[in-house]
Amino acid sequence: MITWVGLAASVLLVGVAVGVSLLLRLRLERELIVASVRMSIQLALVGGVLALVIDADRSIWWSWLWVAAMVGYASDVAARRAPQVPGLRWLALAAFSVAAVVTMGVLFGLDVFPVDGRTVVPLAGMMVGNSMTATVLAGRRVLEEIGDKRDEVEARLALGQDARTAARPYVRSALRSALTPQIETTKATGLVFLPGAMTGLILAGVDPADAVKVQAVVMFLVLGAAATTTTLVALGAASRLFTPDHRLRLADADPST
Amino acid sequence: MTPVGSEPAIQLDDVVVIRDGRHVLDHVSTSFADGRITAVAGPSGSGKTTLLRLINRLSVPDSGVVRYRGTDVAELDPLALRRQVGMVFQRPTAFPGTVRDNLAAAAADRDGTYTAALKQAALDPEIIDRDTAQLSGGELQRVCLARTLVTEPEALLLDEPTSNVDDDAAEVFESAARSLADGGTTIVWVTHNRAQLERVADDVFDLRRQP
Repeated sequence: MITWVGLAASVLLVGVAVGVSLLLRLRLERELIVASVRMSIQLALVGGVLALVIDADRSIWWSWLWVAAMVGYASDVAARRAPQVPGLRWLALAAFSVAAVVTMGVLFGLDVFPVDGRTVVPLAGMMVGNSMTATVLAGRRVLEEIGDKRDEVEARLALGQDARTAARPYVRSALRSALTPQIETTKATGLVFLPGAMTGLILAGVDPADAVKVQAVVMFLVLGAAATTTTLVALGAASRLFTPDHRLRLADADPST
Repeated sequence: MTPVGSEPAIQLDDVVVIRDGRHVLDHVSTSFADGRITAVAGPSGSGKTTLLRLINRLSVPDSGVVRYRGTDVAELDPLALRRQVGMVFQRPTAFPGTVRDNLAAAAADRDGTYTAALKQAALDPEIIDRDTAQLSGGELQRVCLARTLVTEPEALLLDEPTSNVDDDAAEVFESAARSLADGGTTIVWVTHNRAQLERVADDVFDLRRQP
């Protein structure tokens, strides 16, 4: 376990970063200090609340409430990161909720982990946090693909294809782009980098073999969650680009004559 | 415009389209005769493309009615309408893959419909397994025509289909369109090329001369 003195000593490393900034006149000293202090306060608060939420004596519903709040907050973050995607807040909310049900259903339904505040909150956090980037990317890519290939999409509609069929090749391409980074990360895990969850467990004294098992489950969780959220967001965003009578909304925005 | 005795296939009645505050089509009324080639002429920006898009409901008017065979297109199933009223765009919009992949995007092959469509578009049916990336602009545009013909449309909307191809390719396209019209297909052909208009059109609708 890390002592308070040990924790204080590690602040020296922030000192190194500040030193580099001063030496090279990067003017990032203030940013570095603010970021470090802010992170410490946030972690302390979260740690405090988590200690309350995952207390063994407390109802498990507090943990699920925490998960719901995380899903809500994540949807808000996704919407702010890609404001150009119509309705992303609600799409992301639906997508993260479904992903939470699916992934938590598998992990707890099949007894991979016991249902406990100590497992529910961190696993849901991993799921939401790690599928965020892919989710935002999926929404953005669908918009770009259909916008860039508008002529092709309209040619498909003109052949009598319904909106969903006409959008499918572009949704597929967007999903490939959104999921590829996560697949690459999964491939490189253990070789190029040691993931946080596993490293944390080993540092906390857990047997590396156990840490590896937990990490593998987390990676599967993230892959499953990212596939679920990106698919729902991509399909949802694509459907919002068409009218109910199978016209491309983007087309009427164009003063083409 | 419509010759006496022939029923109009397509009618526009007092159609208005406003985009970004500008009247792209301002109270336009006209009709296009069945089984004939009607050229839609007019300067750039006069709303020719918009007019075509209203007919197969890729766009909708702000007011007025567009009728296909007497029925308001707003009351028709847009997907069925678009199979009956095919469209070829100004820029060739071939999809990635082979010619066969492109035809399959329209409909499945039934008793040689692909071969028939390719022949109607003045293409050698052997082209079917070639990748569209290897075709010339003229061939691509005829692949787009063939793809449209796979759904066996009764009418065709052609949006300056030869503006990006050379004269020889344009001539091949024109004679393919003429054969289709002779076979009973109604064609509305947007063009700003006066010589082409004189070669292909049975009737002319000039958007410039609208009140």
